[in-house]
Order: sequence, then C-alpha cells, then structure tokens
Amino acid sequence: MSKSNFTRRGLLKTSAMAGAALAMPTYLRAAAHSGFTNAPGESTVTLGFNVPQTGAYADEGADELRAYQLAVEHLNGEGDGGMLNTFTSKVLDGTGILGRKVEYVTGDTQTNSDAARASARSMIEKDGAIMITGGSSSGVAIAVQGLCQDAGVIFMAGLTHSNDTTGKDKRANGFRHFFNTEMSGRALAPILEANYGSDRKAYHLTADYTWGWSQENSMKTYTEDLGWETVNTVLTPVGAGDFSSYIAPVAQSGADVLILNHYGGDMVNSLTQAVQFGLRNLEANGKNFEIVVPLFSRLMARGAGDSIKGIFGSTNWHWSLQDEASQAFVRSFGTKYGFPPSQAAHTCYVQTLLYADAVTRGGSFNPCAVAEALEGFEFDGMGNGPTLYRAEDHQCFKDVLVVKGKENPTSEFDLLEIVEITPRDVVTYPVDHPDFQGGSLGSCNPGA
Amino acid sequence: MESFIIQILNGLDKGSAYALIALGLTLIFGTLGVVNFAHGALFMIGAFCAVTLGRLLTLSHEVLDPSRTDFLGNPAMVKVPYIYDIFGPELGATIIDWTVPLSILFAIPVMILVGVVMERGLIRHFYKRPHADQILVTFGLAIVLQEIIKAFYGANPIPTPAPQAFTGSFDFGVLLGFDPFTVIYPYWRLIYFVFSVVIIAAVFAFLQFTTFGMVVRAGMADRETVGLLGINIDRRFTLMFGLAAAVAGLAGAMYTPINSPNYHMGMDFLVLSFVVVVVGGMGSLPGAVLAGFLLGILQSFASMSAVIETIPGINQVVIYLVAIIILLTRPRGLMGRKGVMED
Repeated sequence: MSKSNFTRRGLLKTSAMAGAALAMPTYLRAAAHSGFTNAPGESTVTLGFNVPQTGAYADEGADELRAYQLAVEHLNGEGDGGMLNTFTSKVLDGTGILGRKVEYVTGDTQTNSDAARASARSMIEKDGAIMITGGSSSGVAIAVQGLCQDAGVIFMAGLTHSNDTTGKDKRANGFRHFFNTEMSGRALAPILEANYGSDRKAYHLTADYTWGWSQENSMKTYTEDLGWETVNTVLTPVGAGDFSSYIAPVAQSGADVLILNHYGGDMVNSLTQAVQFGLRNLEANGKNFEIVVPLFSRLMARGAGDSIKGIFGSTNWHWSLQDEASQAFVRSFGTKYGFPPSQAAHTCYVQTLLYADAVTRGGSFNPCAVAEALEGFEFDGMGNGPTLYRAEDHQCFKDVLVVKGKENPTSEFDLLEIVEITPRDVVTYPVDHPDFQGGSLGSCNPGA
Repeated sequence: MESFIIQILNGLDKGSAYALIALGLTLIFGTLGVVNFAHGALFMIGAFCAVTLGRLLTLSHEVLDPSRTDFLGNPAMVKVPYIYDIFGPELGATIIDWTVPLSILFAIPVMILVGVVMERGLIRHFYKRPHADQILVTFGLAIVLQEIIKAFYGANPIPTPAPQAFTGSFDFGVLLGFDPFTVIYPYWRLIYFVFSVVIIAAVFAFLQFTTFGMVVRAGMADRETVGLLGINIDRRFTLMFGLAAAVAGLAGAMYTPINSPNYHMGMDFLVLSFVVVVVGGMGSLPGAVLAGFLLGILQSFASMSAVIETIPGINQVVIYLVAIIILLTRPRGLMGRKGVMED
C-alpha cells in the first residue's frame, strides 16, 4: 500500500506555483529561456505581423497581410518561391527558418500608437513572436520600434516614411527597408527642376504629425536649393476631410506650386479639392500652376481618381517595374490574389525575407545575431536594385522611383507611370545629416 | 477682400452639410425625444447610396481584348458596362457621368426605408429610457453600420466625381469686379449650397403647409393631447424619422464629389453637428439651420492662415469654444425654447 504525499498545503503551494508560471509571459518561462526573448522550439518559429486591420489604413494593412502570408508560404517551400528565386543571398531553401516551419500571428495596429503597442506586446508576451513587423504609419512604427527594443525582439518596419524612424528615434533592434522623406526630396528635386524650372514659388499644406513635418522639411530644403521660394507652410489637422479653407487662399498667395505633404485619405481629399478649386487650370506668375504629392501610394491614389493625372510624386516600388525580381513578386502575388501588390505589400514581403535570411546567415534567432547579420548587408534581387542596410542607422539605401499620375491608364491598377529611377547614390545621405540627429541606435537588446 | 469672400463661400458650403445633418437631428429630437448618435452614419450611408448606384450603373461583362495585356502579361479582359449594351456607349457614358445627381432618386427611398427600419427595429425600444442609454445604443449602432459599410466597400476613399459639366470652377472675381482667378469657387460646391437651401426649404414647407406637417408640429408641442384626439402620432413620428434619415442621406449623396466617401465620414460630421444643434437650440429647426451656417462660416475664418498664425490651433477648437460660451450664457441655444436645457 503506498502512502500519498498529497497534502492540502502541498496542493495549494503547487497550484500557486503552476498558476504563477502560466501567468508569466512566454518569453520569461524557463523552457523558452535561452538567452534571448522568445527563443523558438525545435519545430516552429512564430513571427508577429502587426498591421492596420481596422481604421483608415485597413486596405493597406490587408495588402501587407497578403504579402506576409505569401512570404511565409515561400519560406516554408510552398508556392513558386517568388523573390527567393531572385534574391542574391541564397541561404534560404524553402525549409522555413533554420529548419523551423514559419508560423505567424497577427495584430491590429488600428493606426494608433497605443493600440499598435498593445497588439505588439500581446504577440510578444502571449504568442511568443520572435520578430514584429508591419504598420502603415510613422507614428505607429516609432512607437512599436521602441517597444520591440525594450522587449528584446527585432522590429522590421513596414510602411514608414518619416526621417525620424531611422533618425532621432532609431533603435538597435529596428530596421527599415522603406525609403524616407529625405530620399523623396533628393529624388524629386531634379525632376521638378527639369519640368517646372528653378524659379517657382511653393505653398505647402502639411499633415500635422511626425511624417508631415519631416516631409515638409525635406521638400522645403530641396526645392529651396533649386532656387524655389517657399511662400507659406500651413499645417492641417490629420483627417480634416474638407480642406477648402486651406486650399482657397492658395490661389491668391502668389504661389505657383502647391506641395501636398499629405498621405492616405488626407491626400485623396486635399488633391481632389485642389483640382476642384481649379488650381491646375490657373496661371500664376506667368506659369501654369502645378501640384506635387511627394509620397504617392497606388492604393490611395485610386481614391483621387482623375485628379492624380500628371502629378509628380515618389514611391518605394511599383508593380510595373520590369526587373526580374519585381516581376517574380508580381507574378506570385497576382496569381494568388488576382491583382498587383502595393508598395506596402512589397516592403513587408521583402522585410520578412530579409529577416529570415539574416537569421539563417547569422545562424541564430538571437536578435543581436540577426542585427549583426543585417548591418551593412548588401543585396540585390528584391526589386529595388542593389541595396544596402546601412549599419549606422539601420536604413536601407536603394534606388527611389519618381512617378507621375498616368494620363491614359489602361486598367484600374495602371495609375502611376515611372518617370525616373533615381540611383541609390543620389538619395544616399551622410550618417551625420542634421535632420537625422538627436538620437542614437544604442545597443542591441536580446531581452530575456 | 477676396479672401474674405472666399471664406464666406467656404463657410456657406461647410454650413450646408452641418445644417442638413443638424436639421435631421433636430427633427428626431423634437419629435421622438431621441438623441440620435447614428445620424452621422445615415449621412455616410447616403454617400454610399451614390457609390452603390455608381457600381450598379457600371456593372459590366468582360470582353477579351487580344491587343492589350493585363498586369500579368495575359490577354486583357476589358470591362464593358451593361448600360452600354442597353442605351449605347454614348448615352450609357452620360448616365454613368450623372451618377451623383441620379443617386438622389435612389437615396430617397433607400434612406426612408433605412430610417423606418432603424426606428421600428431598435430606437423605439429606447424612447422611455434615459438619454445616456439612447446615446450609447445609437452610437453603437453607428459603429456597426460603418463596419458593415467597410466590410463591403473597404476602408479607402472611393472616388465619386461630379458630372463633367460641373467639374470646373466659377470665377466670382470677374463677376464682382476683381481680377480674374482671384475668387474662384468650384461649381459643385455652389450646387451643394443651393441644393441644401432647397432641401431645407422643402422640409420647412412640408411641416408648415401640409396636414401631415401640422399634426407633426402639434405632436412636437403636445404629444399627449394629439394622441387623445385619436391621431396615431407614433406612425407619423416614425415617418419623420424616415424623413430625417432621407435628409441626412441626400446631404451625404450630394457631398461625395466634395470628399471621396469612406466608411468613417459620418463620424467626422457627427460631433460637429451635435454642437450645431446645441448652439442652435435643442429642438429648434430654424436654430439648427442658422447655427449650421454660422458655425460653418466661423470655422472657415478660423482656418485662415493669418488667424492660425495668430492663435495656433484655433481652427480645431473654435466651434467647441462657441458651444461652451453658448452653454454658459444661453443654455437653450440661439433659438431654443425657453426652459429647454435651462433646468
């Protein structure tokens, strides 16, 4: 007859310990604790895709999510492999990452910094995500990047265009493939000079948040370098809807160019209304009045309809690029979903492959090993030509596209035409550029 | 002087939308005593009536065009609207071009139906509940409605242009003796202002000069007595809810060329419209219209760069400042009945 050691006090103690262990975030549990946050098990690894699934950028978020799902398929050896076939680094072989099948969880940023941090935290703490990626706003990207730095996971930014993401708010655990407002300014200025001359007077309408300020500053700097005069800069509230009060005074301001530092719904509304107010038919200072939209998004441009025709802007990537890598991605994405990918989808897809590649080359999921593998990494075959992940600020340097709203689109996707592929050298700025000062990368945090 | 005139025009144009939404809100509050936070959603649904009609008119069949390729390099399938087959390409294209004005005819029955279903199905259960309950349930309903719209139409704005004939701008400068192109204003915004004045006048005429309107006004003044006379006032009030929904819907449908509609556009107007109602006087129809135009003009002037430079951020708070001042000094609003909100 055996004697049981089961006592009331022992049961209570065991229950309390088990409860505390279960309540503990995954990355703090002993089983997963291998020197860094959320070390994966032997069979699977979990990535966290944090995209706007609700709110004004939900369509862009949905496109990002499609791209992530495609990337996961390709990493796991499903589908046609997409850009894995064109990527110059050849360490990814379709067997997941370091032999582990890639799984994913998703979060909804709601394009709101607090919501985005909460969903990223949940994916890290509850779902064991080892890397967070995604987003469609600089405010969100900066907020989530800070959280990932503190939690000890890698953040591969999605669509974020403000200089600050890899400027004053850069972090050692954060990496950006997307271009920024400085690069837009550098790429656009020569095209604006060639088309509109060097004697122009510009009026800026600017979205009143980090990206808008950054975009205005870059455009102001580079157009003034051309000899343009800045007549006025006006901040507009995000989501203003009706911009008539801001647009109506432009015609009498003495300006002959309106620069709309707006994105998303604001861009759609302000551009549509500027055209309605007849600005494009105006003659000012003896010249045709022109409008410039520094950051174009095809998904958003669709909302502006005919108003975008002939308007110059810049973009990170466009599905009509004819290089082998872009075509491979468009084929994969288009076959699966029935329409071409957006620039947001492209950057998210590339970021996922780049992360997987860095883990494989570094031989570890440890964020510090991943960061080391990404820093200074030169690659090609991802649709942007030869690209460098600069070690000093974790910003990708690659060609930038200057685009123009197409006059005679042949389909609902054919809205922008590429007028110039600005070479990487032209858009590369020094590490100590004044607009990127005020913060430091700090050191990599492996967490745990 | 030119800036002054432009901001007046802007204010009248903004005020048109505020006045139309506030008019509907006031009708509902005055007749049913309900604070309807779903009214912005009705404005948004009206806008999507125009979008829906546009999609119906452009329903297409696909024809293979071997001379063109799609984005994957396959032979392109070109969409040909059925309406071209029925009326011919020329008339078909004209009908599609006139989608927004035509959507008025589409929106009226749809919005009345939506309003009646909303009132009978949900809101009537909250007549005797506190205003806080009404606000919660109608706000919840607004969120549900906008999520439904988002599920069907996506989150991005959808371009819904005005007919080609009205896409240009009118040069007021020349008319007023100024230099050309100094005071220009889009045709469609002028049409929107005239349209809103006509709708407002029609609502007032309906209430003032029809027997139905007379009963409704009597019911607004003393519901119990009208009921004792054997008149089914509830049925009339339900129809008034439908009418208020139609007014909001028409305001939304005609607004689509000004702002490409998106699922959130109702919320953008809702809070401002409530402020308009409070400033005008809860339950006062002329007050709602007057306050709508006044606050529209005020907001326009506050958005002038010279004003913003002097008082940064004033454009975003000016309407609320006015509301605070009105609530402190004259709680019943500009034209509210004595005693309302003055307890």
